[in-house]
Amino acid sequence: MDQLLTDYLPLAVFIGVSLAFMGILMLAPFLVAVKNPDPEKVSAYECGFNAFDDARMKFDVRFYLVAILFIIFDLEVAFLFPWAVVFKDIGVYGFWSMMLFLGVLTVGFIYEWRKGALEWD
Amino acid sequence: MLTAVFFYLFAVLAIGSATMVIVARNPVHAVLFLILTFFNAAGLFILLGAEFLAMLLVIVYVGAVAVLFLFVVMMLDVDFAELRAGFINNAPIGLIVAGIVLIELVALFVTGAAGGLPASIPVPAPGVETLTNTEQIGRVLYTKYVYFFQAAGLVLLVAMIGAIVLTLRHRDGVKRQSIAAQNARTPATGLEVIKVPSGGSVFPASEGPR
Amino acid sequence: METLAAFAPALPEIILAAGAMVFLMLGVFSADNARTGVFIGWLTVLLMAGVAIMIGTGGAERVELFDGAFVVDAFSRFCKVLILGAAAVSLMLSFGYFERERIMKFEIPVLALLSTVGMFMMVSANDLISLYLGLELMSLALYVLAAVHRDSLRSSESGLKYFVLGALSSGMLLYGASLIYGFTGTTSFTALASTLQAGEAAQNLGLIVGLVFLLVGLAFKISAVPFHMWTPDVYEGAPTPVTAFFAGAPKVAAMALLLRVLHDAFPGMLFQWQQIIVFLSVASMLLGSFAAIGQTSIKRLMAFSSIANVGFILIGLAAGTQYGVSSVLIYLAIYVVMTLGSFAVVLAMRRANEMDETIGSLAGLSQTNLPLAVAFAALLFSLAGIPPLAGFFAKFYVLDAAIKAGLTPLAIIGVLASVVGAFYYLRLVKIMFFDAPGEAFTQAEPAVRWVFTLSALLVTFYVVYPAFLLDAAGTAARALVP
Repeated sequence: MDQLLTDYLPLAVFIGVSLAFMGILMLAPFLVAVKNPDPEKVSAYECGFNAFDDARMKFDVRFYLVAILFIIFDLEVAFLFPWAVVFKDIGVYGFWSMMLFLGVLTVGFIYEWRKGALEWD
Repeated sequence: MLTAVFFYLFAVLAIGSATMVIVARNPVHAVLFLILTFFNAAGLFILLGAEFLAMLLVIVYVGAVAVLFLFVVMMLDVDFAELRAGFINNAPIGLIVAGIVLIELVALFVTGAAGGLPASIPVPAPGVETLTNTEQIGRVLYTKYVYFFQAAGLVLLVAMIGAIVLTLRHRDGVKRQSIAAQNARTPATGLEVIKVPSGGSVFPASEGPR
Repeated sequence: METLAAFAPALPEIILAAGAMVFLMLGVFSADNARTGVFIGWLTVLLMAGVAIMIGTGGAERVELFDGAFVVDAFSRFCKVLILGAAAVSLMLSFGYFERERIMKFEIPVLALLSTVGMFMMVSANDLISLYLGLELMSLALYVLAAVHRDSLRSSESGLKYFVLGALSSGMLLYGASLIYGFTGTTSFTALASTLQAGEAAQNLGLIVGLVFLLVGLAFKISAVPFHMWTPDVYEGAPTPVTAFFAGAPKVAAMALLLRVLHDAFPGMLFQWQQIIVFLSVASMLLGSFAAIGQTSIKRLMAFSSIANVGFILIGLAAGTQYGVSSVLIYLAIYVVMTLGSFAVVLAMRRANEMDETIGSLAGLSQTNLPLAVAFAALLFSLAGIPPLAGFFAKFYVLDAAIKAGLTPLAIIGVLASVVGAFYYLRLVKIMFFDAPGEAFTQAEPAVRWVFTLSALLVTFYVVYPAFLLDAAGTAARALVP
């Protein structure tokens, strides 16, 4: 099992280094920066007048549709990875099994295209 | 030894960030903690030797699901302070239930786990160790487990249809571009030469007098 | 290398799934209007009928496929025909309603078809993974159907409730399945059954906890008390034909799955799961019967009625014998007929374009619409279990099975619950026949009239020729419990 961990040693070192840098960069301003806040200075600046409302606004439901369709095709692609890796070993059976899977999702894709789910308006 | 260190690191971080998901005041922060939880779960998968699953977790959950959650959090105009009040009210009951489940699980490991079960838990077939994790999955997923694979395809199809049925709305009065129609325009259909009588007025034939 | 002919036992599933995709394409390339929806709907009904005939006339020997993940036998054949019948009839009921509400889309029959594929997978599951995938395929389509009336707040709410609680139950089921896998090292029902033959293995506490979680997940799906809380709200909020669909086919599929899991995978743990099933059964019968009394909405009343019926069905399951299984199957068949008939009556409760689903609106129905009142009365008498109607025999078989298995106290509670249940069914009959009449209902469309007439006839004249159902259920039960 430690063999596995040594395989990931570069990654661990990388994460360690980036954590260290991140820590230093976040800590440094606390130590060296001049801190002299007053309410006007820390308030939101919006071209000189007061902010109208919260910066976080409601998203259109259409973003949600796009995101969920993305997830579905993301998953589909995830299934393709192992298939590509063992493509030569699993033979014709494995090939057609993937084609069938892709066929089902292509039907779905044609459906959403014709429905206009890929158009914004 | 090193494995144990990493296991406890990932496990503690996973539980800590999962706790933060439900106690974070700001829903966006909660989603970000959720992403941290996913990353730590991916780390645990790597420790188990399930590298493909770990990558999948990062790609699908962090890359797509968490983004969807962010959308949902921002899309809903929920008064989170009000929700939180409900959380405080229900917390005791939730804690009791969680406590009971915890006691049961502890009892399970203290008393039951030792006894009784066959040593028939299958060991991986010889030679499998030389394959990478992804290869091991690929070897069986498309042949031995083809039924589950195709069923997963159908589940995805239902998800696709469901998302469109429930959320797709076409707005009226939107003029869409039709590239085919644009390209098919000829001078004969697009152009009209009109003789304007002096002092009179004309309208295009397609529109008629208003 | 397998040839394609090896997949023949799974042909019904393949045909249904392929049909769903063909209809999806057909629908999306046709005009986007209600007529396309109704057309695709009738095509779906035809396809279901064709597949039902194919399954009904096909062979019934046990065949395992896909490395043992999928099994076809007489039991699955019985349940699949029943599921197809329930799904097709509730689809037929739905077209008129959806057209009037202006929500008829071709996706509705396609989703119903895909959820039927999921139910088929559940019935034929011989592995914990196929169990879960079938359940998810069915449930996902059902969540969408519950919320299909998306401009109605209550429909959206019911879809959301169903989804959240369904996701919770799936989580529990998966947790249980993973414990079972962890302690036995297998997900296949056949392997589980042989592993658990030794008495000692079945005593393992971790395995028992896994089984309990698995049962909790399934109890959600069949809405057995105390996991029933979603049922009244979902039944009330979802569009009425969708509710009719929920009350029929998915119940059969989930119950068949429960039978299959407990008898195929855990016969060695009969003692352990029997206690749980007995508890679920008693709680469902009592709560279903008592809570229905105060209801004013007929759909909520039907929801509690279905909870009580699930309790009765579980009596047969608790018996754990072959006779118990066949009594469950008979009960399911009769229950489907009674429920679909009752929902056809609910769909007929309409004045102009206004559905009126309060119980009060039934007042004096015998004077304004005698055929409807008589048909509903027959169905209600049958639900109440009054001889010689079909519902009496359904209850009789499960109670008999329980007594023969030595569960006399359970049978006594069942009889008492059915007396309480009879009270509210008979109250409806009294309202229809003896209260002052209100405004008459608008004439229902032919499909609805056919369904309530036929189901009333079926429950009334079941006693004339019960052998057909008894034989079929007996064969199916022998396939499951040798």
